[in-house]
Amino acid sequence: MRIFFDPEVFAAAWPGIRSGVGVTLGLALASIAAGVALGLVLATLRALIRGAPLRPVGGLIAAYADVFRALPPLVLIVVLYFAAPFAGIELSGFMAAFVALGLVLGASAEEIFWAGITSVNRGQWEAALSTGLSRGAAFRRVVLPQAVRLTIPPLTNRAIATGKNTALASVVAVPEVLNQAASIQAQTASPAPLLLAAGVYVALFLPLVRAGRWLETRFPTC
Amino acid sequence: MSEFFQTFLNLEVMAESAGLLARGLLVTVEACLIVIPGGLFFGAGLALAQTLAPRCVTGILSWGVDLVRAFPPLVLLVLIVHGLPFVGIELPPLLGVGIALTINTSTYYGEILRAGVLSIEPTQWEAARATGLGTAATLRHVILPQGVRNVLPDLAGNTLEAVKLTSLASVVALPDLLRMARVAQGVHFNPSPLILAALLYLAVLWPLVRLIRRLGGRAVLPA
Repeated sequence: MRIFFDPEVFAAAWPGIRSGVGVTLGLALASIAAGVALGLVLATLRALIRGAPLRPVGGLIAAYADVFRALPPLVLIVVLYFAAPFAGIELSGFMAAFVALGLVLGASAEEIFWAGITSVNRGQWEAALSTGLSRGAAFRRVVLPQAVRLTIPPLTNRAIATGKNTALASVVAVPEVLNQAASIQAQTASPAPLLLAAGVYVALFLPLVRAGRWLETRFPTC
Repeated sequence: MSEFFQTFLNLEVMAESAGLLARGLLVTVEACLIVIPGGLFFGAGLALAQTLAPRCVTGILSWGVDLVRAFPPLVLLVLIVHGLPFVGIELPPLLGVGIALTINTSTYYGEILRAGVLSIEPTQWEAARATGLGTAATLRHVILPQGVRNVLPDLAGNTLEAVKLTSLASVVALPDLLRMARVAQGVHFNPSPLILAALLYLAVLWPLVRLIRRLGGRAVLPA
């Protein structure tokens, strides 16, 4: 048991892992912000476009959501990191992971917002338009606030999943928690750094997973 | 434009790496054949335990499930594959991957199946018991057939996630599709094998996404 919980190795590993926590949190927050923003913009576009010339845009957005639901996030990260340089684009590991996780979350966020928007009763649109609001104003002031309420539980869950997926960035040498733990493990030939990292992940995500479960049972969802 | 094709969709390179990628795809399929049935089996056990056990036990189970979910799957995988050898347990890579990913995915299958069981009206239980069926027979003949049907889209959704999850195996040196694509990329110094691997994933999983939508699946599953 001592090799797993070696206090000396814990002490030696802690500074590296602590700096990894900063990177994990930075990558998680950046990807979540970008993904949710992307999803909201796309779902709004899809809700507001009408008429012949713009029709296909809705289909394109739906196809984007499908493709990025089908591709494993790790495959995307690896493709971005290892293939982009051949096109003359040097992405850092952090940027590759940020773009990949942002695009994946963007796809699910678009689906969630879209499901929320379509579950708002048609009558709400009609009533808002009949009071003289423009389409944009009806969407922003009447439909969206009702839709967003339905999206909170699934969106929270997707955001947590994105936070956990930051561990995938360790594969492209981003010095986040798992990557730090693995390199310290290699230096010390001890599994203790991995256990410390596991403890850090539990401390970060167990409260969030519990909160996500609570939200699911407490709030209506789309 | 032709330069773009030469670099990213180089048919020659793709043809030469097809053999490697096919071997990788086979390993990915093997991993799926362990993780999906394994996850369903243990998930069903978890769901039954949570519906039948006394309240204090289900509380502990729910914390256990959330503890597993708090781990990023890759962390669980690395812990099992790189941690266990320190206590003298050397698992073959495929088994290590199978165990780690089965642990992860069974918690999701479990929650989905539990939701399925809970979606059946209590009167169904009472009616079945009144006809003289025991608990096990009631579950098997009355509750599960209806409950599973109610959560079929979510089960399909989690199966999609399980297949995607197997790409993590590449990190612990299991020669799966993603790993072989990286190897082929290194050999040819050309990214076409990576693009081909991504296209293969899409070819298999996009129809599954469409099927889930056809079934009326929820947009997303819990984290």
